[in-house]
Amino acid sequence: MSIEYIYPEFEVVRNEHRCISCRVCERQCANEVHKLDADAGCMLADESKCVNCQRCVSLCPTHALKIVKNTCTFRENANWQNDTIKEIYKQASSGGVLLSSMGNPKPFPVYWDKILINASQVTNPPIDPLREPMETKVFLGKKPEDITRDENGNLKCELPPQLSLSMPVMFSAMSYGSISYNAHASLARASKALGILYNTGEGGLHEDFYCYGENTIVQVASGRFGVHKDYLEAGAAIEIKMGQGAKPGIGGHLPGAKIVGDVSKTRMIPEGSDAISPAPHHDIYSIEDLRQLVFSLKEATEYKKPIIVKVAAVHNIAAIASGIARSGADIIAIDGFRGGTGAAPTRIRDNVGIPIELALASVDQRLRDEGIRSNVSLVVGGSIRSASDVIKAIALGADACSIATAALLALGCHLCRTCQSGKCNWGIATQNPALVKRLNPEIGSQRLINLMTAWNHEIKELMGGMGINSIEALRGNRLMLRGVGLTNKELEILGIAHAGE
Amino acid sequence: MIIHAKDVNYKELNAVLREAANDCEIINCLGQRFIAAGVSDKCIRIHGIPGNALGAYLNGAKIEVCGNAQDAVGDTMNNGEIIIHGNVGDAVGYAMRGGQIYVKNNAGYRAGIHMKAYREKQPVIVIGGKCGSFLGEYQAGGMIIVLGLCADEKPIVGNFPCTGMHGGKMYLRGNCDAITFPQNVHVAKASVDDINEIASYIQRFCVHFGYHEDDLLNSDYTLITPDSKNPYKQMYVAN
Repeated sequence: MSIEYIYPEFEVVRNEHRCISCRVCERQCANEVHKLDADAGCMLADESKCVNCQRCVSLCPTHALKIVKNTCTFRENANWQNDTIKEIYKQASSGGVLLSSMGNPKPFPVYWDKILINASQVTNPPIDPLREPMETKVFLGKKPEDITRDENGNLKCELPPQLSLSMPVMFSAMSYGSISYNAHASLARASKALGILYNTGEGGLHEDFYCYGENTIVQVASGRFGVHKDYLEAGAAIEIKMGQGAKPGIGGHLPGAKIVGDVSKTRMIPEGSDAISPAPHHDIYSIEDLRQLVFSLKEATEYKKPIIVKVAAVHNIAAIASGIARSGADIIAIDGFRGGTGAAPTRIRDNVGIPIELALASVDQRLRDEGIRSNVSLVVGGSIRSASDVIKAIALGADACSIATAALLALGCHLCRTCQSGKCNWGIATQNPALVKRLNPEIGSQRLINLMTAWNHEIKELMGGMGINSIEALRGNRLMLRGVGLTNKELEILGIAHAGE
Repeated sequence: MIIHAKDVNYKELNAVLREAANDCEIINCLGQRFIAAGVSDKCIRIHGIPGNALGAYLNGAKIEVCGNAQDAVGDTMNNGEIIIHGNVGDAVGYAMRGGQIYVKNNAGYRAGIHMKAYREKQPVIVIGGKCGSFLGEYQAGGMIIVLGLCADEKPIVGNFPCTGMHGGKMYLRGNCDAITFPQNVHVAKASVDDINEIASYIQRFCVHFGYHEDDLLNSDYTLITPDSKNPYKQMYVAN
């Protein structure tokens, strides 16, 4: 024991009556928690390495294992909580910036859970989606202001480029490098089968996945990894990443240890070299500069693809979105502060940005007030957890939602929040071939299809309950929402009435 | 094919350029942006001043400008050659990943920022004059060569060159004692082998702009390389 010792966060509880020392747990744990004591003929555990990913628990054939939170804690203190004390110890030992993964776990208000959805009773009959047609298809892109006709009086039907989605949900950006080949394969296949889109993130597009181009959004970020003409041509749309909800205002460092093999080839940087995405785009200091990047991408792809600008939800998001809507972008993607990530400084993940619910409501209202809402479509992400979150987002003004954490959960993620280690036992956030193999893209894509199909049915049921049979009629329809337990200010920003009103 | 650019906006100009079957000569160019964005197959000669983002995502075409160019020349260029018989603005060769850019005179801020390389794709920028601040910031690969061909007492690069550099090489002609480099790079006099490595680019520069290669190859050069390809590895602690 020393001053640097931190008691393990989890305890491995092994039921000795059930354990048959088959060593499955040992083989499954990339963190090397379990090992066989050959002399004693029993399994041992080094709990200091356990991240509570539940892999051993899930695969133990006799259900002999459980992982529990360790009861050895510091003296209770509401101000100096256990995590806070441990973080100080870690920094005092290392001098390092605390690095975490996935979304903000702190108990900030989740506004989705304080919003309730309407249903029809008596005067406006509900619709049964099992018997009547319901439209969940959405088109994303700039919409024309007016109907125009040619000299013969015929309608001019040329529209700016649009993305077509079978339902108002798509998969948000996760790079090849931060997640595995098989995770990308699962997302790509599911997107094609579902008629939605996935997003390459800033890691380029593996050559095997060019065939899914119609269901792919390709991203251009500050590091410009993997960006070239064929890549831009490959996708259905191009996303300029200005920011990310999990870490607004900073860039990313994919450590050299993850730049191996095809990841290196796809990003076009040498193996073992850090992939550094600077915090800013060094050619963007203004909306005019953003406009320049938007139009350089449009020129390079002959105006055939919508351009998305992705920003993190931050304090002045309404004004920022107003600027983006005037930059020539076709779609604005806004990422809330609970959005996930493969790695972010803890302090930034937990303290920077604002909830997506408030950002969305204020952006939609601002764009309407300024008469430029139809210039752009709005896509929101940053912890959309269910079909009801989707419905609430659309009623607050979104055209579509994007999900990443929910999709990873479908692929087997257990939210242990240690993606940064590269030792993901579920084969998702890793480049170790032995671990990647654990995620079967056939099964992974089917689970994503199951999840989205279920959500789509729930979306239809919720819409039908409100007497609405088209997603278009729900968008921005805030009369369908009521708040519970919210202050007047919160209700004002959300633009909804309190329950009972 | 000759393209008259007077009073033509960039969208029309680029559409004509894309459709052209052969090499093109653009005359009376006046600030049109994105010229030849993503173009792979022709030689384009420009008279006048092209606007920002000339040759963005360039994919194999050759562009020659008989004068100055503005900001973001060769942004995220993948392949091809850009020759500027004058000065360029800021961020020339931003995130360039292949091909070559030759500038006769000076470059603005952030030249060669975040250039990268992979195996045979090694981008090169040669600047005849001087560069502004932040030269080769975040450089991750490729080569930046600055020749300083002008009689002037000031250093040939501005402030903060090579900040965050973690790959590639930078060659600066002459003695760089007056230049402050960050701690993360190694600064040394280039050896004969080092200079041989850039000889073909220097020769090409001389062919483009009419200099004598012997004068340039017999000069002293300072070679700057990064100390680590993992500059931030020690910065974090897992939480």
